[in-house]
Amino acid sequence: MRLKFQKYILHAVGFSLAAFLMFPVLALFVASAPHGLLAGLQHPLVWPALRLSIFTTSSSLLVVVLLGTPLAWSLAQSKRTTGQLVETLLQLPLVIPPSVAGIAMLLAFGSRGLLGALVHPMGTSAFTTAAVVMAQVFVSAPLFIQSASSAFRRMDSKLIVVAQTFGASPFRIFFRVALPLALPGLAAGAALSWSRALGEFGATLMFAGNLEGKTQTLPLAIYTAFQTDIGAAQAISIILVLVAFALLLLVKVFMKKAEKNP
Amino acid sequence: MRKQRGLHMNISAQVGSLEVEVALGMGSETLVLAGPNGAGKTTLLLLLLGALPCKKAHIQIGETLVADSASNLHVPTEDRHIGYVPQEYALFPHLSVRENVAFALRSRSSQKKSLVEKQVEAALQNFGIAALADKKTCILSGGEKQRVALSRALSLKPHALLLDEPLSALDICTRKSTREFLLGTLKNLSVPSIVVTHDAAEARMLGQRIAIMESGKITQMDTWEALSKNPKSAFVEAFVSGSNCLTHKCE
Repeated sequence: MRLKFQKYILHAVGFSLAAFLMFPVLALFVASAPHGLLAGLQHPLVWPALRLSIFTTSSSLLVVVLLGTPLAWSLAQSKRTTGQLVETLLQLPLVIPPSVAGIAMLLAFGSRGLLGALVHPMGTSAFTTAAVVMAQVFVSAPLFIQSASSAFRRMDSKLIVVAQTFGASPFRIFFRVALPLALPGLAAGAALSWSRALGEFGATLMFAGNLEGKTQTLPLAIYTAFQTDIGAAQAISIILVLVAFALLLLVKVFMKKAEKNP
Repeated sequence: MRKQRGLHMNISAQVGSLEVEVALGMGSETLVLAGPNGAGKTTLLLLLLGALPCKKAHIQIGETLVADSASNLHVPTEDRHIGYVPQEYALFPHLSVRENVAFALRSRSSQKKSLVEKQVEAALQNFGIAALADKKTCILSGGEKQRVALSRALSLKPHALLLDEPLSALDICTRKSTREFLLGTLKNLSVPSIVVTHDAAEARMLGQRIAIMESGKITQMDTWEALSKNPKSAFVEAFVSGSNCLTHKCE
C-alpha cells in the first residue's frame, strides 16, 4: 500500500509538469478566436508571411545542408580534442539569446558592421530577404552540424579504413560510403534545423527588421498581428505548431532509422 | 638477383596508453599473430596499413618501401596495396555483394566499365559467391560474409594480406568449413599474410610461424613445434598447452 502510494506521488509530480507543457498548446487549438480561425487566416499579413517563410527557410536549409555536411564530416574525422573544441564553439549560436545573435549579426554584417562595406557595397539597407536567410542559417546550422557529425561518428570507422585500402579517393569515400550510411542522421538533423529556422524570431527582428513581404516571416507576422488582431496571430500559431509537430515526428522516424543501421 | 617477396617491419608507436615496439620479417608465408586482448594486435595491423601514426617506422612490402621515417616517407593507406579484412569483415551494409566487390575494383582502376564488370564476376566465381551477388550483405551468414570480404580484398591483388580474427564471428558449425576454405585460400596466395587469432587450434593450423604479442611487443616468434618445446612466457605456455585458459578468460 505504502509502496503504491509513493509511486503515485512520483507520477503525480511528474505529470504536473507535463500538463503545464501541454496545456498552452491545447489552448491554441481550443480557445475560440474573436472572429474564427478561418477569418484569421484571411488576415492580409498571413499569406505574404507564409510565402516568405517557406522561401527563406528552404533557402537557409539548402545552405545549411550543402555547407554543413562537409563540415560535419571534417569534424567527425578530425582528432578528438581539436574536433570537440571546434564543435563546442560552433554550438554557441544555439545557446546565446536570439537578441544577442541579432546584435552580433548586425555588428558583423550590418550596413555599419565589420563587413558592412563588403555586404552592402552600394550602401543598401540591411533589411533584406537575404538578411532573413542569414539570420536563419546562423541560428539553425548548429543543430544540423551536431546531428550530422554524430551520425558520421556512429559509422564503423573500419569501413573507411577498408575503403582506403582499396585506394578509394576521399571524394569516393565521402559520397559512396559516408553519405549513404549517415543519411538518416542527416535527414533528422535537417528536419531539426528546419524547424528552428521556421521559428526564428529575435535575430531576424533585430538584423533583418519586420518589413511586410520582405523580411516579415510567420513568427514576426504573429508578433505584428498580435497587436491588432489576436485571431490572426492564433491562426498563424496553429499553422506553425502543426508544421513543427510534423517535423518532430519526421525527426523521430529518421532517428530510429539511424539507430537501426549504424 | 632473387626477388624479395616478404614483409619487413620495424615499427615504434604510441597508441593511447599502449607502446608498440615491433621488428619482424617474414616471407610470403602466413604468419599468425596471437596474444592476449589489449596486446596491440589490431593496432599493429592498423599501423602497417598507415591508418595510425607511427613514431618511427620502416616498412617494406616486397621491394616497395611504404614507410621510412629516416627519409620521411609515409605512403598513405590508399597506395600501400595491402588487403585488409577487419574483425566482422566491415562489408558495406548499404551495398549488395556484387557492389561490395565492384567498389573495391573500381576504386583505383581507370579501366573500362565492362572490363571491371568481368573482373567482378570472376572474383565472385572464384569464391563461390556468384549466387549471392545481388543479396544485401546484412542477410549473409558469417561464412558467406567472410568469402565476400576475402574476394573483395583479394580481387585487387594486394601485395600483403592482413586478417583480423577472421573466424571469431562464426558459430561452431560453420567455423570448420570456413577454416578449411580460409586455409586453402591462404595456401594459394603468394603474398605475405598476417592472421590475428585468439584460438590456439586455428593458430597451429593456419600459420607456418606464430608470433606472440604481449603488451605491444613480440615476445616470441617461431613454429608451433618450437613454441611448444620452448615456451618463453607464461602466456605462450598456456597458449600452446592447448588449455587456452588465458585467452578464454579474456574473452
